[in-house]
Amino acid sequence: MLSIYVAVFLPFLVASLVLLLLQRRKMKRHLGWFILPVPIILFILLCGKVAAVKSGATFSYTWTWIPTYAIQLLTYVDGLSLLFALLITGIGILVILYSIYYLSTDQALTHFYIYILLFMGSMLGIVFSNHLLTLYVFWELTSISSFLLIAYWYQRKGSRYGAKKSLIITVFGGFAMLAAFLMIYTITGTFNIQEVIGAAHLLKEHELFIPVIVLLLLGAFTKSAQFPFHIWLPDAMEAPTPISAYLHSATMVKAGIYLVARFTPVFGGSLVWFWAITAIGLMTLLWGSFTAIRQTDLKALLAYSTVSQLGLIMSLFGIGSLSLHPNVQLEPFIYTHAVFAALFHLVNHSTFKGSLFMVIGIIDYQLGTRDLRRLGGLIALMPISFTVALIGSFSMAGLPPFNGFLSKEMFFTAVLHVAELDLFSYEAITTFIPIVAWIASIFTFVYSMMIVWQAFTGKRVDVETAGEAQEPKVGMLIPPITLATFVVLIFFFPNVLGDYILKPAVSSVYPNVSFDMIERITHWHGFNKELWMTIGIVIIGTILYRFRNVLNKIFILFPENMSFNTVYNVMIAKSDQLAWNVTSRYMTGYLRHYFIYIFLFFALLVSALLFALQAQDVTLGGNKVITVFDWLLAISIIIAGVTIVIARTRLTAILINGYIGFAIAMFFVIFRAPDLALTQLIVETVTTALFLLCFYFLPKWELPKLKRAFDIRALIISILVGTTFTLVALSVHNNRLFTSISTFFEDAKQLTGGENIVNTILADFRAFDTMLEVIVLFIAGIGVLTLIKYSTNKGADKLED
Amino acid sequence: MKINEVILQSISKIVVFIILTLALYLFFSGHNAPGGGFIGGLVLASAFVLLLLAFDIETVRAGIPINFSILSACGAFIVIAAGIGAVLFGEPFLRQAFFHMHLPLFGTVELTTVTIFEIGVALTVVGVVVTIILSISEDV
Repeated sequence: MLSIYVAVFLPFLVASLVLLLLQRRKMKRHLGWFILPVPIILFILLCGKVAAVKSGATFSYTWTWIPTYAIQLLTYVDGLSLLFALLITGIGILVILYSIYYLSTDQALTHFYIYILLFMGSMLGIVFSNHLLTLYVFWELTSISSFLLIAYWYQRKGSRYGAKKSLIITVFGGFAMLAAFLMIYTITGTFNIQEVIGAAHLLKEHELFIPVIVLLLLGAFTKSAQFPFHIWLPDAMEAPTPISAYLHSATMVKAGIYLVARFTPVFGGSLVWFWAITAIGLMTLLWGSFTAIRQTDLKALLAYSTVSQLGLIMSLFGIGSLSLHPNVQLEPFIYTHAVFAALFHLVNHSTFKGSLFMVIGIIDYQLGTRDLRRLGGLIALMPISFTVALIGSFSMAGLPPFNGFLSKEMFFTAVLHVAELDLFSYEAITTFIPIVAWIASIFTFVYSMMIVWQAFTGKRVDVETAGEAQEPKVGMLIPPITLATFVVLIFFFPNVLGDYILKPAVSSVYPNVSFDMIERITHWHGFNKELWMTIGIVIIGTILYRFRNVLNKIFILFPENMSFNTVYNVMIAKSDQLAWNVTSRYMTGYLRHYFIYIFLFFALLVSALLFALQAQDVTLGGNKVITVFDWLLAISIIIAGVTIVIARTRLTAILINGYIGFAIAMFFVIFRAPDLALTQLIVETVTTALFLLCFYFLPKWELPKLKRAFDIRALIISILVGTTFTLVALSVHNNRLFTSISTFFEDAKQLTGGENIVNTILADFRAFDTMLEVIVLFIAGIGVLTLIKYSTNKGADKLED
Repeated sequence: MKINEVILQSISKIVVFIILTLALYLFFSGHNAPGGGFIGGLVLASAFVLLLLAFDIETVRAGIPINFSILSACGAFIVIAAGIGAVLFGEPFLRQAFFHMHLPLFGTVELTTVTIFEIGVALTVVGVVVTIILSISEDV
């Protein structure tokens, strides 16, 4: 059972060990080789589960984390999570191997590998989590690691822009998803995903059903770059190419698809779910493939193609969800087959797109450019890269003998079935679905051909490039060749993948579908509609490719500044402006004003609450007799307080302030609170020392120039605060609202073995608070250090605006 | 004007050890008597502050070659690790354990995981306080 926890936590563990490895320079240079075993070990570990999962077994483990809040580390292994986990680790192996050669050793390798491990661990966390909240935490962690990786070359303006954009959009979706999770929790009363699936009927009857769907899909759509949230993905291409291949094509962007797949048993069958996913998916498919053609940067082209392929997979899940619709009695398995196709295409997409990204990375690495207009005739110089690119692109275009052909045909089958659907009286709309899919596939064909023929054939464009055009080191070629081999192998033996990996995954989306009900993948269906569609795509696509200049006229209809990017940019600029306007109104830079805000807020809110809850109680019964010492101390503190106000020099003020602190310590002594007295004494000492240090920086001591001899406003505020505080102190003492919890600590000796009750509260009963306080203290310390030592003007010359 | 710091420096040399002893005493007595990680850490920090006031930063740096910001990070790490340690034994996060042990010279001693937690607290406090004071004074 431990192996799954190992799978999730090993990357995090190794990431923290990387920092320790850094002491030696040599290790730093070859860091990648130390990281490489992590995905390999995990991949082997997970392969060990394949056989058991194929026979229908699922593994679920519970590890109680915070029992009081029912937070558990629940893991759940079934076909679906295993499929994703194998992709994450498998592609992870190749990507890390590729990165070893791709990144030069003088770059910040430690950052790179730590981030990538962080990502791998959190991605595995997403797919293995069976608890909504832990899933959410891992979900946001992938957003954060993606942000860090996109901003890897943070000196570039584009990187910073892209990183911020991806973070804003995906975290926005993440918040929506969190809201959906909380709604699910209030409706079903559980965070356990499997139990939520069991309680699906509760959700369906609830009035929040549609809001839950909308919010959940917002999370999935932003993460999986669905229209109109796709705008972050092309900008994310500022990341190093291995990262683009890994996060922004093979794994992270598929988290949204995972979410949809995971929740299909809950929401599937609802028409809102079907329409939202299918329509958005098809829209993304069409728009992504259309926009891809107009790109000249190869990486941007691949980014839009990823967007469109994700849309394809998404729409298949939408179609697949129909099989759970109560009215689909005739042939529900036609629609489960759509999910089968979706998962199949998901794997295929990872293989062919991964290999394409890596080839383009090679071109970029060798030539220093990836602009289609500057490339050409590379076939003679880089024959291996050409072969890989050919395999990848043809598979993406949906041509045999590559795996993309099989899943594309299955996609057509699914959309054709939906078109025949006549149970919702939406025939007019559903007929459009195959047409949209077909047009998008033509575009896909065109841009796939652009990658192969424009970059590799034609005249060699002689431009000054960074390097000589030749094949890179073998290590850099192995990963793309491996993926290309898979592209071909999966075409010839699709059912090995189908039987062992995909069918268990389908059965976790549809628990009551057995393996036999899913058709095997076949290569030849006869001359049916699907094949004719493919033939049509090849013919029209070739014509369109020949005359692709004509398309430019269409592009004029969609000018750059009329895009969702502009909407995003304007929104960011406007909210920035608004925030600035509001903030600058009250952040005056005067400490005096800030104190007024703090004190007024405290006094008004607390006293209002006190009276609203009728908690005020000022009776003075049963208190300790006030001795002469108490009087003396209290009077001396009052005198000291008044003296500060009229002090002439700053030193006097600081020393008197220190005196008040010591006097309060004396109060603690009289009240027999030695721990508090000790703490107060030392804090007072250290603060006074700190004050003396800061002396140097403080401006000349000037008594505030008062317009009137007496500031009424300040007096009112101070009286208000004083009264509130006294009221609160007395009311707390009389505990009218809550019963005293001190009985809870009476057995401290037996429970914790400690006799000092203050200490047992700090370190045992309320250890969680102490832990967080320690972390806050630490963050404050780091904050001071960075503010003073690394102020913005130092090192700013490295940044490019 | 050159300030004569001989008296302050000579006294500090002795007093620092007294403060350090007090810090250790307070730290270990914390579970059963007044004291504990936070107070122990603060006293420890005040010893360093005294040294910094009496001598200049370079001397203290040379004498105590500790990177205090890393020290505070280690402290925060220990605090969390002490919590996770309980999880590894199948207990809830941050559950503390204790047992009694008979040692020669010391008699019956109570050993508790709270001490590990407290070490973390103390190190963080020392690290943060000295880091703040050092970075402010170095900026002069």
